[in-house]
Amino acid sequence: MGIRFILMVNKQGQTRLAQYFEYLTIDQRRALEGEIVRKCLARNEQQCSFVEHRNYKIVYRRYASLFFLVGVDNEENELAILEFIHLLVETMDRHFGNVCELDIMFHLEKAHFMLEEMVMNGCIVETSKSNILAPIQLMDKAS
Amino acid sequence: MGSQGGFGQSKEFLDLVKSIGEARSKAEEDRIVLTEIETLKRRIAEPDTTRRKMKEYIIRLLYIEMLGHDASFGYIHAVKMSHCDSLILKRTGYLAVTLFLNEDHDLIILIVNTIQKDLKSDNYLVVCAALNAVCRLINEETIPAVLPQVVELLEHPKEAVRKKAVMALHRFYQRSSSSVSHLVSNFRKRLCDSDPGVMGATLCPLFDLITIDVNSYKDLVVSFVSILKQVAERRLPKSYDYHQMPAPFIQIKLLKILCLLGNGDKQSSEHMYTVVGDIMRKCDLTSNIGNAILYESICCVSSIHPNPMLIDAAADAISKFLKSDSHNLKYMGIDALGRLIKISPETAEQHQLAVIDCLEDPDDTLKRKTFELLYKMTKSTNVEVIVDRMIDYMISINDTHYKTETASRCVELAEQFAPSNNWFIQTMNKVFEHAGDLVNSKVAHNLMRLIAEGFGKDDDTADSQLRSSAVESYVRIIGEPKLPSAFLQVICWVLGEYGTVDGNYTASYIAGKLCDVAEAHSSDDTVKAYAVTALMKIYAFEIAAGRKLDMLPECQSLIEELSASHSTDLQQRAYELQAVIGLEAQAVENIMPVDASCEDIEIDESLSFLDSYVQESFEKGAQPYIPESERYGAVNMSNFRNQDQHDASTHALRFEAYELPKPTMAGRSPTVSSSTELVPLVPEPQPTYPREIYQTPSVPSVSDTGSSEYKLRLDGVQKKWGRPNYSTPAPSNTNSDSHKTANGETQRDGASNVKSRARDASYDSRRSPQVEISPEKQKLAASLFGGMSQSKNKQSGGGHKASKTTNRAAEKTHMVKEVTTPVQPTQDLLDMGEPTIASSIPSVDPFKQLEGLLDITQDASAQSSGSVGATNAPDITSFYAE
Repeated sequence: MGIRFILMVNKQGQTRLAQYFEYLTIDQRRALEGEIVRKCLARNEQQCSFVEHRNYKIVYRRYASLFFLVGVDNEENELAILEFIHLLVETMDRHFGNVCELDIMFHLEKAHFMLEEMVMNGCIVETSKSNILAPIQLMDKAS
Repeated sequence: MGSQGGFGQSKEFLDLVKSIGEARSKAEEDRIVLTEIETLKRRIAEPDTTRRKMKEYIIRLLYIEMLGHDASFGYIHAVKMSHCDSLILKRTGYLAVTLFLNEDHDLIILIVNTIQKDLKSDNYLVVCAALNAVCRLINEETIPAVLPQVVELLEHPKEAVRKKAVMALHRFYQRSSSSVSHLVSNFRKRLCDSDPGVMGATLCPLFDLITIDVNSYKDLVVSFVSILKQVAERRLPKSYDYHQMPAPFIQIKLLKILCLLGNGDKQSSEHMYTVVGDIMRKCDLTSNIGNAILYESICCVSSIHPNPMLIDAAADAISKFLKSDSHNLKYMGIDALGRLIKISPETAEQHQLAVIDCLEDPDDTLKRKTFELLYKMTKSTNVEVIVDRMIDYMISINDTHYKTETASRCVELAEQFAPSNNWFIQTMNKVFEHAGDLVNSKVAHNLMRLIAEGFGKDDDTADSQLRSSAVESYVRIIGEPKLPSAFLQVICWVLGEYGTVDGNYTASYIAGKLCDVAEAHSSDDTVKAYAVTALMKIYAFEIAAGRKLDMLPECQSLIEELSASHSTDLQQRAYELQAVIGLEAQAVENIMPVDASCEDIEIDESLSFLDSYVQESFEKGAQPYIPESERYGAVNMSNFRNQDQHDASTHALRFEAYELPKPTMAGRSPTVSSSTELVPLVPEPQPTYPREIYQTPSVPSVSDTGSSEYKLRLDGVQKKWGRPNYSTPAPSNTNSDSHKTANGETQRDGASNVKSRARDASYDSRRSPQVEISPEKQKLAASLFGGMSQSKNKQSGGGHKASKTTNRAAEKTHMVKEVTTPVQPTQDLLDMGEPTIASSIPSVDPFKQLEGLLDITQDASAQSSGSVGATNAPDITSFYAE
């Protein structure tokens, strides 16, 4: 299993989206998110976009005030995950048009739907933006 | 589009999201969430809530959990929502359930029926939503409930459904491989799916399957190679392109698979060379994704059967990574280097200075990765430098996880490569001092054993020197505050055994130290126990040697205190000590012989000395002993456990109707006859349920053992055909010497002479402190990498290779010399004495020539990649722009 969790956290350390591919209790999640965000916030722009934390490797990328963090296991290609984050942002951008933190907050379920299309069982399964967005657009039309 | 929410969102919801967004602290956020919980608890239970309203409530519940609070009061409403007919509500319901519940939650059972129904829906989006839920919620027990439908959906006309069905099957395989072992052929079939999305998804389960059992999938090598070729040639739809690279994520997955299939298999690897080489050439080095593919290609090249052209290309790519300004690329470069040196150890030498820069970089991630590389290339020649560095690093970090990891790596390397006893003891002291409570307790025992037994040579003076030096260093350390418990135990034990043996220290001196330890660590019973036993040994040796015993007053009071201890163990030790002291010399010598720890104690496992007693008892009519495993009750228990693993589904919940009960007599008679059969546990309607069916999972393991045999044979093949220097690096391998050609030999010997001289020089100069930074770096480089080249020389390298690396190294020295002030000992560090750079370079292969060209683009890429971050973030300005 490659991807263990995907988080979006703003620079105040507030979680904006969390998707775990293995079960953790609420307390474990809270602790993990806190530790990771503290670690990533302490780093500067020049340093690697990768941080090791316990037995995870965190790949993170910052967009304005929002951090995208992906926890992966050891055998994953970090650079590819970094680009996967960007693909996710591009996809959200295509749907929301200039996506921002508030878009994700107001449409939390849609952001999750996109992730559901892209990642299953911790594996990247779909990378075509049109395929990712098709079901969401169909749903929008129907409702 | 407006970020102020779409249609249908109530003011209440908008206000909630806004207030959460504007919360300035965690405390404020918590307060908002707690009020929200109260509101929702009231509202959600109201009878006439519209469904749209309910959807909003559910999303508000998502917020509550996401922000770290318990929303379990609303779970049932999420479950209910998944029953809705409306697609958007259903999908929201499923989403909430997958986020709230883990697969073993009680409420799951309420949703299985809905999933079953939805999998049969005419609307393919409903089917997709259900398959998403299947991937998150179905556990081992519920797999049979949905399995037939999922398998059917593999042939669904809609590609989105087929893709998700493949992943659902993948999930079942992850949960319980035995439940779907008869269905794995479906993955092969879906690999040839007409839709690239389904094919791409299928690579995930295939990767898992191939990881476990490579040999069953060797036939797919050609297919994977041809898919990869087509992807690289842009045969896939444009929509899979990402930053001008064709389907990069699929390429990476395919390379990972090839990496597994080509490992140690020359024949399979040969199919891959062309396509991997093409991909490496086509990679767009100005983009991250291009470099990601390049990195994956290097991993592949390092894993499959070696190909010199590809290895050169990989080495070039690595040098570009390492020369880059981007820390991300450096990190990937270090990682790739760690992989490539396994088949091409000389690569590391070209990059020694880059590696040292990374080692000294303030970025902890990069530093840690570099230590991983050093760990991989440790040899007996560079172990001292590397372990010293690792220990310094270990001391500097606070994170227990990495402290533990680094400590155990230090111990491992020290045990494996220690150049001398003394160094070993000193190293272990440092590790224990700073991370003693983190290392495995086995390490402490190993250390004690090592001190007691020496390094296994029959050299008594060396052994006693080792002990003396250990005692001496421990006497010095013992007074330091805050020593970890495990280390104190070792110290006490060693002092007890060997403290007075060589006569350097008197018994009362050692005893005093031991009493100090016991006193200073009054809360640690284990340390106190070790200290008391050590005291007993010290005094016993004194009595046995016929010297007058002269007990210290603090020792006396310690023993008195411990005789009244709450710990029975300590009490007993104290009483034993008192008893031993009261005995005469002869008796004491028998109880506590000197250096008894090395004596082999023979254990009579069958307790044969009791045989006559047992016999006697039998004659008197006693019952024979029945081993636990043969007793009736135990049979049931152990059987139950075995069965539970194999055929869990027999006892699992069933989702179909039970069949009509068969005539009981027919079924029951066999079960009664054999006592091992578990009558009550087998479901009544089918008592003769064939257990053999559930034995199928054992088949893979059989083929597994087969595979290891197969692998062995392949190894032989590899050695025979491959270039000798690619066989797995074994520095002290004398066999490989026989491969030497006369030509190569002279060259290499010359080189190694220079090299070893250089290394000596570097060690000497290391002791005198230097002010210049770059010579220091060079020295470090020489001490780290000097060993590399030596081991390479031992390994009968090909002549061309050796000369090429010499040239490169020579080039490097020239460059370095210009920068540094001339420091005599470092000057010939890397100089292998062949200044024929100009003549040799033009004769190098096309890859080499390419390097110059690509260097330019690389610079450009470094610049542009800096700006990529800015331009790619499409939204910086719009964030928070209201």
